[in-house]
Amino acid sequence: MSGPSDFQPSNPALKWIERRLPIFGLIHSSFVAYPTPRNLNYWWTFGAILSMMLALQILTGVILAMHYTPHADLAFKSVELIVRDVNYGWLLRNMHACGASMFFFAVYIHMFRGLYYGSYKEPREVLWILGVIIYLLMMATGFMGYVLPWGQMSFWGATVITNLFSAVPYFGESIVTLLWGGYSVGNPTLNRFFSLHYLLPFVIAGVVVLHIWALHVAGQNNPAGVEAKTEKDTVPFTPHATIKDAFGVSCFLIFFAWFIFYMPNYLGDADNYIPANPGVTPAHIVPEWYYLPFYAILRSIPNKLAGVACMFGAIIVLAFLPWLDNARTRSSKYRPLAKQFFWIFVVVCILLGYLGSQPPEGIYVIAGRILTVCYFAYFLIVLPLLARIETPRPVPNSIADDVLAKSKGRAATAASVMLALVVAGGLFAGSTQNAKAEEGGDTPPAQSWSFSGPFGKYDRGSLQRGLKVYKEVCSACHGLNYIAFRNLADAGGPGYSEAQAAALAAEYKIKDGPNDQGEMFERPGRPADYFPAPFPNEQAARVANGGAAPPDLSLITKARSYKRGFPQFVIDFFTQYQEQGPDYVDAVLQGFEDKAPAGVTIPEGSYYNKYFPGHAIKMPKPLSDGQVTFDDGSPATVKQYAHDVTTFLMWAAEPRMEERKRIGMQVFFFLVIFAILMYFTKRKVWADAH
Amino acid sequence: MTTASSADHPTRRDFLFVATGAAAVVGAAATVWPLVAQMNPDAATIAAGAPIQVDLTPIAEGQDIKVFWRGKPIYISHRTKKQIEEAQKVPLSSLPDPQPDSARVKAGHDQWLVVIGICTHLGCIPIAHEGNYDGFFCPCHGSQYDSSGRIRQGPAPANLPVPPYAFLTDTKIQIG
Ligand code: FES
Repeated sequence: MSGPSDFQPSNPALKWIERRLPIFGLIHSSFVAYPTPRNLNYWWTFGAILSMMLALQILTGVILAMHYTPHADLAFKSVELIVRDVNYGWLLRNMHACGASMFFFAVYIHMFRGLYYGSYKEPREVLWILGVIIYLLMMATGFMGYVLPWGQMSFWGATVITNLFSAVPYFGESIVTLLWGGYSVGNPTLNRFFSLHYLLPFVIAGVVVLHIWALHVAGQNNPAGVEAKTEKDTVPFTPHATIKDAFGVSCFLIFFAWFIFYMPNYLGDADNYIPANPGVTPAHIVPEWYYLPFYAILRSIPNKLAGVACMFGAIIVLAFLPWLDNARTRSSKYRPLAKQFFWIFVVVCILLGYLGSQPPEGIYVIAGRILTVCYFAYFLIVLPLLARIETPRPVPNSIADDVLAKSKGRAATAASVMLALVVAGGLFAGSTQNAKAEEGGDTPPAQSWSFSGPFGKYDRGSLQRGLKVYKEVCSACHGLNYIAFRNLADAGGPGYSEAQAAALAAEYKIKDGPNDQGEMFERPGRPADYFPAPFPNEQAARVANGGAAPPDLSLITKARSYKRGFPQFVIDFFTQYQEQGPDYVDAVLQGFEDKAPAGVTIPEGSYYNKYFPGHAIKMPKPLSDGQVTFDDGSPATVKQYAHDVTTFLMWAAEPRMEERKRIGMQVFFFLVIFAILMYFTKRKVWADAH
Repeated sequence: MTTASSADHPTRRDFLFVATGAAAVVGAAATVWPLVAQMNPDAATIAAGAPIQVDLTPIAEGQDIKVFWRGKPIYISHRTKKQIEEAQKVPLSSLPDPQPDSARVKAGHDQWLVVIGICTHLGCIPIAHEGNYDGFFCPCHGSQYDSSGRIRQGPAPANLPVPPYAFLTDTKIQIG
């Protein structure tokens, strides 16, 4: 279809180039004149959406690499500095991190669409297999990208996933060592993952070119599943498909922006805000949501090698789909049985994803096994069998006939299916949070925070009081590593002037040096200095605190969470609730009780806390009424202290939040208007085509 | 894109296309902004570029030290009588970048020359106390600066720049 084109540019300069390199003809025949079936629905816009996402991921990724440091000691910090200090760094990081999820979300829709409409069938087998290769590459890229921030989940995810290869007979251990570049996951691993994470997207881009090439040779499939025969069946790619795709993209961007600006951590894991610690494994290792179905398959097989084989098999089986399903009819629209089984399969995948996020115990294991059988049965039994026994309904003679016969209700169904998918996606994604099991701590009561919601702002008074509580109480044991004194004067912060921040800095003694004599010395703090740590190193902190090092508080409100449960996490997606961290911190500060309730034994050197997981906390009750006096007359109560210091710590964890929400509102306003304009433009362009 | 030629509402159709196109351009421009702005120095780098204070007491006459401010080497020279005299005597007309010595030091502190030690040719660091003018000599392409840091010979087009600084006391300066 994209054969040599007779297109000739009229501009003489372009003509000159065209004669030597027929690039304009190529572009014209592939993206302008290219005939596209006129009955494509919006599921087909996901190809364009994916192209955009790949470009966006590469662009933001290249930029982030300018600021990121791939070193085990510095990676976590460099990511925090990107978010805090780099101009729009928070935006770029959110775009890239949420972008990965959006990329997978879109690719799953794209794949299910291909599955439903039989887009893998003759003559599109190679097209489909290239797609499976892209998907595999995406999984590898996404996994290595998740390792780069070097948080707890990064580290332990890397450990678990690389250990999958140890299941390989004979060579397993050698392969794993080769991947690690050491005796365990460490700095060499991080370095090579960074290198590969930078490389693979370009490989993906290359395979995408092949994918599109193959697409343009075979032509696009369409909902009717009949090939285009005459001129009447198709419309030129530009403007028709271009505009329609652009409208699809603009709608997708609204969905994407919801995450970037309002729910940046909804799809992430709180544990990844804790720096990697090779000595402590998080209670539940959960991969990113887009791997969960395969993770569930892995865990439901009780044999290591068989589990790994099944997990990879679950993806590889896709490549054989064109030969497993040899029914003549392409589109499931005309296959009454295949259609039902397709939807059952979708549900199976979502349920497997849910199970992947649950602890592997009891009923979950059994359910996981049943669903794993269902997953494979769909490909290996159902599809081959259906090809023999199913009587399909008659397909339309041509695409033009299909368009004529189309019922008016199509848009409405598409919209409702879209909505259902968004809800299901949210549900599926949110289920990851379920895995954050609370090992026996009460659910913290939801508080009202000034900074919640789309218009949330930090309460300046509360921030200033919170800083006072931190300085007078918490700072004795807890550091605030990522906050510099200058930050106190930043916009969207506690609202101090630069002079006040400098004066506050000068109250501190900062270790500096070496001087010309080669000696370290102490000097008064400057605005550029960071809050000094209370202990010189982790060991000292440990010894001074009964064996448990008090965690740094800069990120504590993001690094702590608690189980929201179903259906709460779905509602959270719409209400933008993401204050689990502050709620938890506030609750723990108030959750101390002098006497443990009957039946609960608290070990020596620990204290009873209602909300702490397991109830036995090493930190003694830090706050009591009257301990800190406020100048503004706020009550000197533990409740007030807890609220203020939590607000302050939320700001410490995300000093750019006000900027994020403010820009988010502008972006939303723009995107909605743009999508409306695109919609009407699309209608105008297509007016002649229907 | 298609030009409006359909019979009904040609103007409305045009307006829609123009509005959509304009919105797309605005959106693209607004997207490019943060992608470029991120290349500017980040907040930590800017904060680290705050003014520094330098104690002059250890620098004996005829000696100089090099300190770093914003990643740039700053030469602080304690000039000798001879150097000061030479710097003041040179006829301005003979200089490629004419500037009196008095404009390059602080009044009453003639003995202190503070210059950014980056050759104005292509950025190498000139060596102090070398060359024919009792000043600086750049080894890269042979530029020569005098005891006031002014260009005298070689490819460099301009004098060594004087950073913003002030005397806090007679023996202490603040650069920046
Ligand atoms: S850089 Fe100094 S002379 Fe060229």
